Amino acid sequence: MKQVEITLNVNGRACAVTVPPRMTLVDCLRDVLRLTGTHVGCEHGICGACSVMFDGEPVRSCLMFAVQADGHAITTVEGLADEDGEISDLQDSFWECHAMQCGYCTPGMLVASQALLAENPNPDDGDIREAISGNLCRCTGYQQIVEAVKLTAQRRRGVRS
Amino acid sequence: MTDAPTLPNYRYVSRKRRTKEDRRFITGRGKFVADVEVPGMKHVAVLPSPHPRANILDIDTSAAMALPGVHYVLTGDELAAETNSLFHGLDLPNVIWHPLAVGMTRYAGEWVAAVVADSRYIAEDAAELIEVDYESLPAAVDSEKMIDGDQPLVHPDHGSNVLFRKTWEWGPVEEDFEAMPHAVSYRARWGRSSTVPIETFGVVAKWDEITEIMDVWASIQMPQYQDQIAAALGMPMNNVRVHNDVDVGGSYGVKRGIKHTVLVSYLAKRLGFPVRFIEDRLDNMSGGDAHGPDRIFDITMAFDDDGVIKSMKIRALDDVGAYPGRAPLQLGKPMTALCGPYRVNSIEYEAISVTSNKTGQVPVRGFGQSPTNFAIETGLERVAKYLGLDRVEVRARNLVRKDEFPWKIPPGSLYDSGDFHAVLESAIKTSNWDDLIARRDALRAEGKLAGVGITTCLEPGGGNNIFEYLFNPKLEITTFVESVLIKVEPTGAITAVMCTTTSGQGHETMVSTIAGEELERDPDTIRVVHGDSLEALPTRSPVASRMTIVLGTATSNAAREIKDKMITIAAYDLGIEKDQVEYADGEFSVRGAPERKLSWAQICHIAHKQFHRMPPGHELGLQAYSVQQVPGAGQLPNEKNEVPLYPCFSFQAHVPLVEIDPDTGKVKLHDYFIAHDCGTAINPDIVRGMIIGGVAHGVGAALYEKFEYDQDGQLLAGTFVDYLLPSAHEIPPVTDIEHCTPSPITSLGQKGSGEGGYLGAPAAVASAVNDALSPYDIEINELPIRARDIEAALHEKTN
Ligand code: FES
Ligand code: FES
Repeated sequence: MKQVEITLNVNGRACAVTVPPRMTLVDCLRDVLRLTGTHVGCEHGICGACSVMFDGEPVRSCLMFAVQADGHAITTVEGLADEDGEISDLQDSFWECHAMQCGYCTPGMLVASQALLAENPNPDDGDIREAISGNLCRCTGYQQIVEAVKLTAQRRRGVRS
Repeated sequence: MTDAPTLPNYRYVSRKRRTKEDRRFITGRGKFVADVEVPGMKHVAVLPSPHPRANILDIDTSAAMALPGVHYVLTGDELAAETNSLFHGLDLPNVIWHPLAVGMTRYAGEWVAAVVADSRYIAEDAAELIEVDYESLPAAVDSEKMIDGDQPLVHPDHGSNVLFRKTWEWGPVEEDFEAMPHAVSYRARWGRSSTVPIETFGVVAKWDEITEIMDVWASIQMPQYQDQIAAALGMPMNNVRVHNDVDVGGSYGVKRGIKHTVLVSYLAKRLGFPVRFIEDRLDNMSGGDAHGPDRIFDITMAFDDDGVIKSMKIRALDDVGAYPGRAPLQLGKPMTALCGPYRVNSIEYEAISVTSNKTGQVPVRGFGQSPTNFAIETGLERVAKYLGLDRVEVRARNLVRKDEFPWKIPPGSLYDSGDFHAVLESAIKTSNWDDLIARRDALRAEGKLAGVGITTCLEPGGGNNIFEYLFNPKLEITTFVESVLIKVEPTGAITAVMCTTTSGQGHETMVSTIAGEELERDPDTIRVVHGDSLEALPTRSPVASRMTIVLGTATSNAAREIKDKMITIAAYDLGIEKDQVEYADGEFSVRGAPERKLSWAQICHIAHKQFHRMPPGHELGLQAYSVQQVPGAGQLPNEKNEVPLYPCFSFQAHVPLVEIDPDTGKVKLHDYFIAHDCGTAINPDIVRGMIIGGVAHGVGAALYEKFEYDQDGQLLAGTFVDYLLPSAHEIPPVTDIEHCTPSPITSLGQKGSGEGGYLGAPAAVASAVNDALSPYDIEINELPIRARDIEAALHEKTN
């Protein structure tokens, strides 16, 4: 089968890869670049487990072909920590609030939450539920995720929890 | 929130502590099965049957085989000839189960062939090139008709679609019914839903012909997994190595991919390279055999003028789909708490398991208890309505009382402990019940439909599965064991080896917290690993809300043994009697002379390296293992079929407030209150997550989720577009309050908590919906209660 050469900017690094044109972005990230933090739950755009940042916007990487990402910037869960491996405040709040159980939806939830906080530094519970409503979690019932996002926002505003 | 009688002064247990596992998940470092990369591994896609029931006349694989990148196409005939058939819980010699259909397909979605190729993409292309010649046949889909025998036979050699039917009677049922002035009869129906984890099932297998080891990495949560792989492949168990360190992306009971595993293990051995199969979502929902109970209950309850229930007659008819596996035994577990938390004197229970041309059923969170709780609670609502009594009061009158524990129920279980009235009271208080009723009435005054629900519910934990024996005397198994090995290194570091997988329950946190508590060492410094199945001690896997009870007690026991060894060494070295040694915070000192002491590190050094300072006759090193029996288990049923089943009983009371849109029937959950008692909570955040997550799962079962079939046996819900999992919009904020009645039979008073939310929420939500519909005199006792069901019922009443 025909192969296409593309360059993705993933977590701040330029990655040249050769992929079949029909390969999805999530398969490229996971199987070609071996960034397995991004997960696959449905491959039909409902669960949000495959969410990544695409030029700063959250997208479902199961619904895109890798070739569509040629030349674009992608951030995966592996790119949320800073260069020294220090986890972000959002990741830290997820840990503090135990905003997960099995951890399978977590990378997608982090991406959705990060996108929310970039737009709205002071979300209320309704805003948070709205922002993560495209991401399914079967374990938590969402509450501790909502609490983690809220805690991040509070910490960023310097409010003591 | 905690509504706590004062707890012992634990350092780590019951304290807010970050979990051990979360750190790898927030950084994308979890190791799920699809992340396992074995060099040279090839990929499987399966071909599903489009027919619910059909004879397979011919399979032509030549075009698929010819596709570049394809290595093999396997059909059912070859696999059946080369492997042994899969295990059933019931004794069913004529119901044969293989991973791929043989001669006949028995449900739409059943796998007919499997392709192995360089990539999943190519494997799927090739699967489409397989030509199967089917003779389509009418399907058996109506479970009630199975009993009369006028449906096509799913397994013709078995001669009937009834797999199991038996009635038990515990206590003087007829006498009690005669003595009671009232009885109500009703039907409650539990729709075919399941747990549907966000991660599908997957498995990688690698055969090494030199070492003769079959390495298996799988997204598994299942007792006797390696036993069954070995049995199907016809090899000794020590040729199979299951890697228990694979993170499982949710299971809640269903990750039982034994057929998937036999399929890929066979292929790996046959082809000489590693093979992986990761279900896609449709594979998972149709052919993955991961559906849950599908039950019709017909129940009669006999009670007095005060609403005190004396006796129950329960008939449960369950449709397990085409291949039963262990599913029929899900009718057995509810015997553990067959009358819920209520003081019932006698019970008649008829359990009927039928097979149909539908996807197979597997264990689901609670192993059949949630449908049963829903059915019992429906009865409590009925009794209250019949007598015109308050719904809360009827429950309070029937609950077992605090001073009555241990309380024996008719089938033989001993409820270990609890304070049911206090927990119910706490739910009423937390929810501001009167305010909630006022809010409901205010909504009603605005022309809306609104209702408040109430449910009390037991969560049996611990998993003594001797009920299996009542279904199949060949399963004479009287334990459900779990083990841990703890070792302290020469430098003092502690490692615990647990023996099974984890699918979100936080076992590493639980084990390290308990070991840390017992040894007075910081749990953050204790490493917990998952030994593979060749290294592991006996295990029955993390099912049945049992790990905190059984693995937790094992951890306490092993840690206490290590502490005792250390004290023995200290006493010898200090030249004093053991009882003169005082241990605190990692220091062993002489009672009354605290300046004479040995540190933790010194004792470790002696134990590993200084034989001359060791007390004679003592083993070197500091290690202990504990193989823990389920507390109270170990008996066969007596002649009255009574036997203690699960050992520990957690309890909850649920109170939701719902509003229903009268035009669309759409239900909105405004608030949800739950008071909960699981004894000593080892990690409060984990317990809270389990409770709230369980509630969310139960809300799904109550309102949205169903594997719907049409009358011909076609599955209508194979994607997340037609099988609706609740999102953050559907799940309301949950206010939870913990009560603590420590169990007297576990090491620190802990009980189970993984199932409770799910065991009560369906009944609670149904109670609220029916309260909302009561002004129209509508009662819906069939789950899920979907918007369209409500809309149709309202339409019928108002037109
Ligand atoms: S895997 Fe992409 S949305 Fe589910
Ligand atoms: S943590 Fe398991 S699916 Fe969200």
